[in-house]
Amino acid sequence: MDLKGKNVFVTGGVQGIGQAIAYNLTKAGANVFLNYIGNVNTEEVLATHKDNEGKCFISQGDVTNTDDCARNVEEAIEKLGSLDALVNNAGITKDNLFMRMTQAEWDQVLSVNLTGVYNMTKQAIRYFVKAKKGSIVNIGSIVGSSGNPGQVNYSSTKAALIGFSKSLAQELGSRNIRCNVVAPGFIRTAMTDKLNEEQKKALLSKIPMRRMGEAEDIANSVMFLISDVSQYISGTVLHVNGAMY
Amino acid sequence: MTVNIEEKVREIIVEQLDVEAEKVVREASFSEDLGADSLDTVELLMAFESDFNLEISDEEAAKINTVGDVIDHIEKLKA
Repeated sequence: MDLKGKNVFVTGGVQGIGQAIAYNLTKAGANVFLNYIGNVNTEEVLATHKDNEGKCFISQGDVTNTDDCARNVEEAIEKLGSLDALVNNAGITKDNLFMRMTQAEWDQVLSVNLTGVYNMTKQAIRYFVKAKKGSIVNIGSIVGSSGNPGQVNYSSTKAALIGFSKSLAQELGSRNIRCNVVAPGFIRTAMTDKLNEEQKKALLSKIPMRRMGEAEDIANSVMFLISDVSQYISGTVLHVNGAMY
Repeated sequence: MTVNIEEKVREIIVEQLDVEAEKVVREASFSEDLGADSLDTVELLMAFESDFNLEISDEEAAKINTVGDVIDHIEKLKA
Protein backbone atom coordinates (compact mmCIF):
# COMPACT_ATOMS: atom_id res chain seq x y z
CA MET A 1 0.00 0.00 0.00
CA ASP A 2 1.31 3.43 -0.92
CA LEU A 3 0.77 6.05 1.76
CA LYS A 4 3.45 8.44 0.59
CA GLY A 5 3.00 11.92 2.01
CA LYS A 6 0.39 10.95 4.61
CA ASN A 7 1.10 12.33 8.07
CA VAL A 8 -0.16 10.23 10.91
CA PHE A 9 -0.22 10.50 14.71
CA VAL A 10 -0.12 7.11 16.43
CA THR A 11 -0.66 7.07 20.19
CA GLY A 12 1.34 4.43 22.01
CA GLY A 13 3.15 3.64 18.80
CA VAL A 14 6.30 2.33 20.46
CA GLN A 15 5.20 -1.16 21.45
CA GLY A 16 2.84 -3.98 20.61
CA ILE A 17 0.25 -3.37 17.91
CA GLY A 18 1.04 0.37 17.90
CA GLN A 19 4.65 -0.34 17.02
CA ALA A 20 3.57 -2.53 14.11
CA ILE A 21 1.15 0.14 12.92
CA ALA A 22 3.86 2.82 13.05
CA TYR A 23 6.44 0.58 11.37
CA ASN A 24 4.16 -0.43 8.52
CA LEU A 25 3.11 3.19 8.04
CA THR A 26 6.66 4.45 7.55
CA LYS A 27 7.36 1.42 5.38
CA ALA A 28 4.45 2.50 3.17
CA GLY A 29 5.89 6.01 2.93
CA ALA A 30 3.77 7.75 5.57
CA ASN A 31 5.38 9.98 8.19
CA VAL A 32 4.47 9.24 11.78
CA PHE A 33 4.51 11.02 15.10
CA LEU A 34 4.44 8.80 18.17
CA ASN A 35 3.87 9.62 21.81
CA TYR A 36 4.85 7.42 24.70
CA ILE A 37 4.97 7.27 28.47
CA GLY A 38 7.41 5.61 30.82
CA ASN A 39 10.87 4.37 30.08
CA VAL A 40 11.28 4.11 26.35
CA ASN A 41 14.57 4.07 24.49
CA THR A 42 13.62 6.62 21.85
CA GLU A 43 16.85 6.11 19.90
CA GLU A 44 15.98 2.47 19.54
CA VAL A 45 12.46 3.27 18.37
CA LEU A 46 13.72 5.75 15.79
CA ALA A 47 16.31 3.23 14.60
CA THR A 48 13.59 0.71 13.69
CA HIS A 49 12.17 3.27 11.25
CA LYS A 50 15.40 4.56 9.77
CA ASP A 51 15.46 2.31 6.69
CA ASN A 52 11.83 3.04 5.89
CA GLU A 53 10.69 5.67 3.45
CA GLY A 54 8.56 7.67 5.88
CA LYS A 55 9.96 9.71 8.74
CA CYS A 56 9.33 9.01 12.41
CA PHE A 57 9.16 11.55 15.22
CA ILE A 58 8.64 10.76 18.85
CA SER A 59 7.77 12.69 21.97
CA GLN A 60 6.86 11.99 25.55
CA GLY A 61 3.17 12.47 26.25
CA ASP A 62 0.41 10.94 28.34
CA VAL A 63 -3.00 10.64 26.65
CA THR A 64 -4.70 11.10 30.01
CA ASN A 65 -3.12 14.53 30.36
CA THR A 66 -4.86 17.20 28.28
CA ASP A 67 -1.84 19.50 28.27
CA ASP A 68 0.36 16.70 26.94
CA CYS A 69 -2.17 15.96 24.20
CA ALA A 70 -2.34 19.59 23.12
CA ARG A 71 1.45 19.85 23.08
CA ASN A 72 1.92 16.54 21.24
CA VAL A 73 -0.55 17.42 18.48
CA GLU A 74 1.08 20.82 18.09
CA GLU A 75 4.52 19.19 17.90
CA ALA A 76 3.23 16.67 15.37
CA ILE A 77 1.85 19.33 13.06
CA GLU A 78 5.06 21.32 13.37
CA LYS A 79 7.29 18.31 12.60
CA LEU A 80 5.09 16.68 9.97
CA GLY A 81 3.83 19.88 8.35
CA SER A 82 0.22 18.73 8.47
CA LEU A 83 -1.91 15.94 9.88
CA ASP A 84 -3.99 13.50 7.85
CA ALA A 85 -4.86 10.88 10.41
CA LEU A 86 -4.95 10.01 14.08
CA VAL A 87 -4.65 6.44 15.30
CA ASN A 88 -5.85 6.11 18.88
CA ASN A 89 -3.98 2.99 19.78
CA ALA A 90 -2.72 3.58 23.33
CA GLY A 91 -4.47 1.26 25.73
CA ILE A 92 -3.96 -0.70 28.90
CA THR A 93 -5.46 -3.70 30.63
CA LYS A 94 -5.99 -4.20 34.35
CA ASP A 95 -7.70 -7.56 34.29
CA ASN A 96 -9.57 -8.89 37.27
CA LEU A 97 -12.79 -10.72 37.88
CA PHE A 98 -15.46 -8.12 38.43
CA MET A 99 -16.10 -9.18 42.01
CA ARG A 100 -12.44 -8.48 42.74
CA MET A 101 -12.00 -5.47 40.48
CA THR A 102 -10.90 -2.36 42.37
CA GLN A 103 -12.07 1.15 41.68
CA ALA A 104 -8.49 1.98 40.69
CA GLU A 105 -8.42 -0.82 38.09
CA TRP A 106 -11.68 0.43 36.67
CA ASP A 107 -10.66 4.11 36.69
CA GLN A 108 -7.21 3.60 35.19
CA VAL A 109 -8.48 1.59 32.24
CA LEU A 110 -11.28 4.08 31.51
CA SER A 111 -8.89 6.96 31.84
CA VAL A 112 -6.37 5.69 29.26
CA ASN A 113 -8.60 3.73 26.88
CA LEU A 114 -11.56 6.08 26.71
CA THR A 115 -10.74 9.52 28.12
CA GLY A 116 -7.38 9.29 26.36
CA VAL A 117 -9.19 8.89 23.05
CA TYR A 118 -11.42 11.84 23.90
CA ASN A 119 -8.39 13.99 24.77
CA MET A 120 -6.39 13.17 21.66
CA THR A 121 -9.32 13.38 19.29
CA LYS A 122 -10.38 16.72 20.75
CA GLN A 123 -6.98 18.17 19.88
CA ALA A 124 -6.64 16.62 16.43
CA ILE A 125 -10.19 17.46 15.41
CA ARG A 126 -9.55 21.18 15.63
CA TYR A 127 -7.00 20.74 12.90
CA PHE A 128 -9.06 18.29 10.84
CA VAL A 129 -12.10 20.59 10.85
CA LYS A 130 -10.01 23.46 9.54
CA ALA A 131 -8.39 21.25 6.92
CA LYS A 132 -11.79 19.77 6.04
CA LYS A 133 -10.32 16.29 6.00
CA GLY A 134 -9.01 13.66 8.36
CA SER A 135 -9.23 10.03 9.28
CA ILE A 136 -9.47 8.82 12.85
CA VAL A 137 -8.89 5.16 13.55
CA ASN A 138 -9.66 3.91 17.03
CA ILE A 139 -8.19 0.60 18.03
CA GLY A 140 -10.96 -1.37 19.68
CA SER A 141 -11.06 -5.03 20.49
CA ILE A 142 -13.14 -8.09 19.82
CA VAL A 143 -13.98 -8.15 23.53
CA GLY A 144 -15.85 -4.87 23.08
CA SER A 145 -18.36 -6.90 21.09
CA SER A 146 -18.00 -10.41 22.51
CA GLY A 147 -17.16 -9.69 26.15
CA ASN A 148 -14.50 -11.56 28.09
CA PRO A 149 -14.43 -12.72 31.70
CA GLY A 150 -11.93 -10.69 33.71
CA GLN A 151 -12.12 -7.73 31.37
CA VAL A 152 -15.27 -5.88 32.37
CA ASN A 153 -13.28 -2.64 32.51
CA TYR A 154 -11.32 -3.16 29.28
CA SER A 155 -14.25 -4.48 27.25
CA SER A 156 -16.42 -1.59 28.45
CA THR A 157 -13.96 0.90 27.03
CA LYS A 158 -13.62 -0.97 23.75
CA ALA A 159 -17.40 -1.15 23.32
CA ALA A 160 -17.59 2.55 24.14
CA LEU A 161 -15.18 3.35 21.31
CA ILE A 162 -17.73 1.96 18.85
CA GLY A 163 -20.39 4.44 20.00
CA PHE A 164 -17.79 7.18 20.14
CA SER A 165 -16.68 6.52 16.56
CA LYS A 166 -20.17 6.17 15.11
CA SER A 167 -21.37 9.40 16.72
CA LEU A 168 -18.29 11.36 15.74
CA ALA A 169 -18.50 10.01 12.19
CA GLN A 170 -22.04 11.39 11.97
CA GLU A 171 -21.12 14.75 13.49
CA LEU A 172 -18.16 15.34 11.23
CA GLY A 173 -19.12 13.55 8.04
CA SER A 174 -19.99 16.85 6.40
CA ARG A 175 -16.40 17.96 6.97
CA ASN A 176 -14.94 14.96 5.19
CA ILE A 177 -13.66 13.60 8.50
CA ARG A 178 -13.96 9.87 8.94
CA CYS A 179 -13.87 7.85 12.13
CA ASN A 180 -13.69 4.08 12.30
CA VAL A 181 -12.76 1.28 14.66
CA VAL A 182 -10.37 -1.55 13.97
CA ALA A 183 -11.24 -4.34 16.37
CA PRO A 184 -8.43 -6.87 16.71
CA GLY A 185 -9.15 -10.40 17.81
CA PHE A 186 -6.47 -12.53 19.38
CA ILE A 187 -3.21 -10.92 18.25
CA ARG A 188 0.25 -12.01 19.33
CA THR A 189 1.68 -9.18 21.44
CA ALA A 190 3.14 -8.62 24.90
CA MET A 191 -0.41 -7.87 26.09
CA THR A 192 -1.80 -11.24 24.97
CA ASP A 193 1.35 -13.00 26.20
CA LYS A 194 0.18 -12.11 29.68
CA LEU A 195 -2.77 -14.48 29.31
CA ASN A 196 -2.16 -17.87 30.89
CA GLU A 197 -1.96 -21.11 28.87
CA GLU A 198 -5.48 -22.09 29.76
CA GLN A 199 -6.86 -18.76 28.54
CA LYS A 200 -4.83 -19.01 25.33
CA LYS A 201 -5.99 -22.56 24.64
CA ALA A 202 -9.60 -21.61 25.20
CA LEU A 203 -9.25 -18.64 22.87
CA LEU A 204 -7.50 -20.60 20.10
CA SER A 205 -10.27 -23.18 20.10
CA LYS A 206 -12.69 -20.36 19.30
CA ILE A 207 -10.76 -19.10 16.27
CA PRO A 208 -12.01 -20.74 13.07
CA MET A 209 -8.74 -19.85 11.33
CA ARG A 210 -6.93 -21.77 14.09
CA ARG A 211 -4.18 -19.25 14.67
CA MET A 212 -3.47 -15.97 16.36
CA GLY A 213 -3.40 -12.85 14.28
CA GLU A 214 -0.21 -10.88 13.77
CA ALA A 215 0.20 -7.22 14.63
CA GLU A 216 0.82 -6.64 10.94
CA ASP A 217 -2.74 -7.78 10.18
CA ILE A 218 -3.99 -4.91 12.32
CA ALA A 219 -1.51 -2.47 10.77
CA ASN A 220 -2.80 -3.37 7.30
CA SER A 221 -6.38 -2.63 8.31
CA VAL A 222 -5.40 0.67 9.87
CA MET A 223 -3.50 1.65 6.72
CA PHE A 224 -6.54 0.84 4.63
CA LEU A 225 -8.72 3.12 6.77
CA ILE A 226 -6.14 5.91 6.62
CA SER A 227 -5.71 5.65 2.88
CA ASP A 228 -7.93 7.34 0.32
CA VAL A 229 -9.03 3.91 -0.88
CA SER A 230 -11.46 3.87 2.05
CA GLN A 231 -12.69 7.42 1.50
CA TYR A 232 -16.39 6.46 1.76
CA ILE A 233 -16.01 4.26 4.83
CA SER A 234 -16.88 5.96 8.11
CA GLY A 235 -18.58 5.03 11.36
CA THR A 236 -17.84 1.36 10.93
CA VAL A 237 -16.08 -1.40 12.84
CA LEU A 238 -13.55 -3.48 10.98
CA HIS A 239 -13.19 -6.80 12.80
CA VAL A 240 -9.84 -8.47 12.27
CA ASN A 241 -10.07 -11.78 14.06
CA GLY A 242 -9.88 -14.84 11.84
CA ALA A 243 -13.67 -15.30 11.85
CA MET A 244 -13.70 -15.49 15.64
CA TYR A 245 -16.57 -13.05 15.90
CA MET B 1 -12.37 50.27 18.90
CA THR B 2 -16.06 49.42 18.31
CA VAL B 3 -15.58 49.72 14.57
CA ASN B 4 -12.62 47.37 14.77
CA ILE B 5 -14.62 44.68 16.51
CA GLU B 6 -17.38 44.90 13.94
CA GLU B 7 -14.92 44.76 11.07
CA LYS B 8 -13.03 41.87 12.54
CA VAL B 9 -16.22 39.91 13.20
CA ARG B 10 -17.29 40.39 9.60
CA GLU B 11 -13.88 39.28 8.35
CA ILE B 12 -14.01 36.11 10.43
CA ILE B 13 -17.50 35.30 9.17
CA VAL B 14 -16.54 35.85 5.54
CA GLU B 15 -13.54 33.60 5.95
CA GLN B 16 -15.19 30.85 8.00
CA LEU B 17 -18.40 30.57 6.05
CA ASP B 18 -16.91 31.43 2.70
CA VAL B 19 -19.65 33.98 1.96
CA GLU B 20 -19.57 37.33 0.16
CA ALA B 21 -18.78 40.29 2.41
CA GLU B 22 -21.88 42.25 1.36
CA LYS B 23 -24.13 39.48 2.68
CA VAL B 24 -22.65 39.83 6.15
CA VAL B 25 -24.98 42.55 7.44
CA ARG B 26 -26.07 42.98 11.06
CA GLU B 27 -29.51 41.47 10.40
CA ALA B 28 -28.18 38.39 8.60
CA SER B 29 -29.01 35.12 10.36
CA PHE B 30 -26.18 32.58 10.34
CA SER B 31 -28.40 29.62 9.61
CA GLU B 32 -31.03 31.20 7.36
CA ASP B 33 -29.12 33.85 5.43
CA LEU B 34 -25.52 32.70 5.54
CA GLY B 35 -26.06 28.96 5.12
CA ALA B 36 -24.32 27.89 8.32
CA ASP B 37 -25.08 24.45 9.73
CA SER B 38 -24.69 23.64 13.43
CA LEU B 39 -21.06 22.68 13.00
CA ASP B 40 -20.30 25.92 11.13
CA THR B 41 -21.77 27.84 14.04
CA VAL B 42 -19.57 25.99 16.53
CA GLU B 43 -16.52 26.67 14.38
CA LEU B 44 -17.44 30.34 14.14
CA LEU B 45 -17.81 30.68 17.88
CA MET B 46 -14.45 28.98 18.37
CA ALA B 47 -12.88 31.40 15.89
CA PHE B 48 -14.38 34.39 17.73
CA GLU B 49 -13.17 33.01 21.02
CA SER B 50 -9.61 32.53 19.85
CA ASP B 51 -9.34 35.73 17.80
CA PHE B 52 -10.84 37.96 20.48
CA ASN B 53 -9.38 35.96 23.35
CA LEU B 54 -12.67 35.52 25.19
CA GLU B 55 -15.11 32.79 26.14
CA ILE B 56 -18.68 32.54 24.95
CA SER B 57 -20.71 30.23 27.20
CA ASP B 58 -23.13 27.69 25.72
CA GLU B 59 -25.98 29.62 27.28
CA GLU B 60 -24.90 32.84 25.60
CA ALA B 61 -24.14 31.04 22.35
CA ALA B 62 -27.70 29.75 22.19
CA LYS B 63 -28.95 33.35 22.04
CA ILE B 64 -26.77 34.27 19.10
CA ASN B 65 -28.58 34.07 15.77
CA THR B 66 -27.48 37.03 13.73
CA VAL B 67 -24.28 38.86 12.85
CA GLY B 68 -25.49 41.77 15.00
CA ASP B 69 -25.96 39.46 17.99
CA VAL B 70 -22.29 38.47 17.82
CA ILE B 71 -21.04 42.01 17.41
CA ASP B 72 -23.13 43.24 20.35
CA HIS B 73 -22.08 40.33 22.50
CA ILE B 74 -18.36 40.72 21.83
CA GLU B 75 -18.53 44.47 22.30
CA LYS B 76 -20.23 43.91 25.65
CA LEU B 77 -17.57 41.39 26.73
CA LYS B 78 -14.75 43.64 25.59
CA ALA B 79 -16.21 46.82 27.11
